[in-house]
Amino acid sequence: MARRISIEAGAAQAAIRNPFPGRSFTMDLTLAFSSIAVCALGLVILYSAVDQNMPLLLRQGIRLSVALLAFVVAAQVAPATLRLWTPWIFLASVGLLLWVLVDGAVGNGAQRWLDWGVIRFQPSEILKLAVPLMVAWYMHDRALPPNLLNLTVLACIVAVPTMLILRQPDLGTAALVFAAGGLTVLLAGLSLRVIAALSVIALGMAPVLWTTMLDYQRARVLTFLNPESDPLGAGYNIIQSKIALGSGGLFGRGWLNGTQSHLEFLPERSTDFIFAVMGEEFGLLGLLFLLGLYLVVVGRGLYIAAQAQDNFGRLLAGGISLTFFLHVFVNAGMVCGLLPVVGVPLPLISLGGTSMVTLMAGLGILTAIHGNRRLLVT
Amino acid sequence: MRRQIQIRDRWKEQRLVTSRLLFTSVLVLAMSSVLVWRLFQIQVSHHEVFAELAQGNRVRIEPLAPTRGLIFDRNGQLLAENLPAWELVAIPEEITDLPASLQALEALELLDPAERGNLVDAVNSHRRFERVVLANLTEAQAARFSARRHRFSGIDIREGLIRHYPYGDLTGHSIGYMGSISAADMQRIDRANYAATALIGISGVERSYQDELHGTVGFRQQLVNAQGRVLVDPASIGASSDSMPGNLDTRWPTPGDNLVVSLDIQLQLAAQRAMEGLRGAVVAIEPATGDVLALVSTPAFDPNRFASGLSHSGYREIETDPDKPLFNRALAGRYPPGSTVKPFLGLAAMNLNALNPDDPTFCGGHYSLPGQTHQYRDWRREGHGLVDLHRAVVESCDVYFYRLAVDIGIDAIDSSLRIFGFGDRTGIDIGGEIRGVVPSRTWKRNNFSRREDQTWFPGETVISGIGQGYTTATPLQLAHATAALASGARFRPRMAVALQTADSGDVVTIDPVRLDSLPEIDPRHWQRIREAMIGVTEDPSGTALLAMLQTPYRVAGKTGTAQVISLAQDEEYDEEALDERLRDHGLFIAFAPADNPTIAVAVVVENGGSGSGLPAQAARRILDAWLAAEDYG
Repeated sequence: MARRISIEAGAAQAAIRNPFPGRSFTMDLTLAFSSIAVCALGLVILYSAVDQNMPLLLRQGIRLSVALLAFVVAAQVAPATLRLWTPWIFLASVGLLLWVLVDGAVGNGAQRWLDWGVIRFQPSEILKLAVPLMVAWYMHDRALPPNLLNLTVLACIVAVPTMLILRQPDLGTAALVFAAGGLTVLLAGLSLRVIAALSVIALGMAPVLWTTMLDYQRARVLTFLNPESDPLGAGYNIIQSKIALGSGGLFGRGWLNGTQSHLEFLPERSTDFIFAVMGEEFGLLGLLFLLGLYLVVVGRGLYIAAQAQDNFGRLLAGGISLTFFLHVFVNAGMVCGLLPVVGVPLPLISLGGTSMVTLMAGLGILTAIHGNRRLLVT
Repeated sequence: MRRQIQIRDRWKEQRLVTSRLLFTSVLVLAMSSVLVWRLFQIQVSHHEVFAELAQGNRVRIEPLAPTRGLIFDRNGQLLAENLPAWELVAIPEEITDLPASLQALEALELLDPAERGNLVDAVNSHRRFERVVLANLTEAQAARFSARRHRFSGIDIREGLIRHYPYGDLTGHSIGYMGSISAADMQRIDRANYAATALIGISGVERSYQDELHGTVGFRQQLVNAQGRVLVDPASIGASSDSMPGNLDTRWPTPGDNLVVSLDIQLQLAAQRAMEGLRGAVVAIEPATGDVLALVSTPAFDPNRFASGLSHSGYREIETDPDKPLFNRALAGRYPPGSTVKPFLGLAAMNLNALNPDDPTFCGGHYSLPGQTHQYRDWRREGHGLVDLHRAVVESCDVYFYRLAVDIGIDAIDSSLRIFGFGDRTGIDIGGEIRGVVPSRTWKRNNFSRREDQTWFPGETVISGIGQGYTTATPLQLAHATAALASGARFRPRMAVALQTADSGDVVTIDPVRLDSLPEIDPRHWQRIREAMIGVTEDPSGTALLAMLQTPYRVAGKTGTAQVISLAQDEEYDEEALDERLRDHGLFIAFAPADNPTIAVAVVVENGGSGSGLPAQAARRILDAWLAAEDYG
């Protein structure tokens, strides 16, 4: 007992003195190669999706560079250091959410953005990382599985940001942030009975949620249940995206040859529906290749989680990896009509910055957890 | 010992997390499999169907416009209908060179060159697959285009419906008309529901009941080739692929509701004829319900000119007419009510116990405030002699009401007029209504910027007693207040009396809305004022005696004359010498039959001189038309 404390205290002190201990450069080649491959593929598809609009691509390139930087830097931060920072990161990001509600920029009927002149970003995206971090931080020195008291605290950690994001309103991101926290709690050993009970409660809450949803959100859910009911309005996206995917076939129509996307049948084709552009131009084989790359990232992350040497590392790595997967699944599921249309971008590919930077920072944290695992074995 | 437990716990915890990681990994694989299965289904199993939809042949969702509801008058006469017409439409995604196409169409005299800018905007602001109506064509124009159809990619003609108003300028100000959907409308409406619709209600009933009249859009999915020509009819595919998401089907539009309005078109016609050649307005209301029986504003305009697409020059011609035919005088005309306020003030003063109707007052032809030399003149220079309330109303004695106004004060005048609805919108169910003005100390403070203008002067109270000064009212307010005098209750004026669902034919009647601003008033006071108003048309000295001679029914009325210019103390009003537009406005309000009123009417004739002349004569013709029709009916 005493010894463990001294090691941790020692590491913490070292971390405070120097957040980047003078060890050799930390990098995980599997994660780096697979994620950079996804990013590169993303640029190729985006080139087609934005009709070869170079200024747009250039801006996406800059965002990509920032994301890569975030990846490399995050990989150098020792997990112990990160753990010390976690509560502040969480509080700061919740603070940003409040700021958005008070003074955010409005677009598409929702208030999601902070515009600081130089940069413009979506604080809700940061929570996809901050919530698993906070859950892992809270459980790292407490007994697993969490008891009722701890579960209550964890529920608050997850619920507060989720509610704030729902107020924006942004159903998609709120669901993902909730899932990110929930999955991390699940890894911490949430009993299956509790999960069953929560599902029942969730079903009971559905009518309540329905009454608080905005008209466009309800329209999306109704359209998901029956897209043909409104082919001119809300069902238009989903019908067009299925036509794009389906006409791509096994091999695709070839790069820059997708008619659905280039003739502007397909809406949101550079953001939420870019998966359909990929499917139209590169076919099922292209999509399988992309999904394969994603699974390498997720699989490697889960492996890192299993190999991690303390609960903080295990929970955090597992939470980040599963959130990443869910991100992919929700977007792809929405494009092929398995899930309702919620605004969730395709990881590392959709046009947009905040999501890309936080996702890459998450992968950086995975790298750091793996790279620093021997530090604690002394 | 304790330390061992600690170690064992940590091991167990690690196993717990690892097992959860394994569990979630399986979940990840399972979900990925579902995704791959779904993609396989769409991209391989159904590939050919989707390829058919997308490659070369594309599916076009053609919205089908709902048929707009019809509008009937209270006796079932058709006031607004839909007639077949040809529409020239553009399909934005299929046009290669929009300006060139429009130019070529102008050369064929199908489009107005002045409209080109608007049309370019319209085409660019629609979704690429949505059809945009460019113009309505005559049969000859449609034939001319059909012969050259092959030269225009993305331009087509289709059979459409055009709104038509059989009574033309008789209903322009009440039923209203249709026009292009504005940017502001776009924000308000459900755009999908208007995908096939180019026109929207712009004014009158057409605007206020737009949602009910419009109906619900339908759609038809079609396979078209690159030029936009339809290749396959939905009926021939549909059935084979019901699970397929892009399947072609049709949903027919739901027509809009039919609307029954309160107007009686024969009475409307009589009112319009009575106003022939005059500028002004007539509003007739059924006192027991608030139903607007006639609503006329002259000069009128023909709404059919708007429905068939008015060119810029045509619109400017109407807009710049000095008589302002588009201006709805009945709802938005500001007229000093003049002596027509006298019955209302007399009734309210009796009710406040501030007036004994039997006390006589001497009228010597003018009135001065105590201690002031300024003379407020009576319309009759020699005066009326000794007058009580009855005579004061019958002969329209001004001095009696100057004195009454000073006795009760401006605050009581303000409330006396407000309880009858003056100074506020009546709430009629068509737009464009103004509030009018009932002046008071507060009103003056709020409506003048300079401090010295904000003070209320005693002289202003004096002229408020005869409806002059700042007081203004609309013809609708006058008719509404007169209806309240007739029935003893206020009903919100209304146009719509029933809606009929087009499919089922179910009729939903709309209940009249009673407004409760009138205080409890002694029936004897009502009786006094009604008798005085009957005297206006029946007593030998009544101001409307001539106009209402030998009516087969009894009429209660009141004349009014409103000054357009104010005269200096030593000037005389000489009608002949004045420019026509500076002559007094004439007003007349009436209800009939006096003992059981079925109609209340207000007539305003701009620059029409005294209220006992043209306005009373017009009212006579309207009352004759209504009560004669009633006898026959």
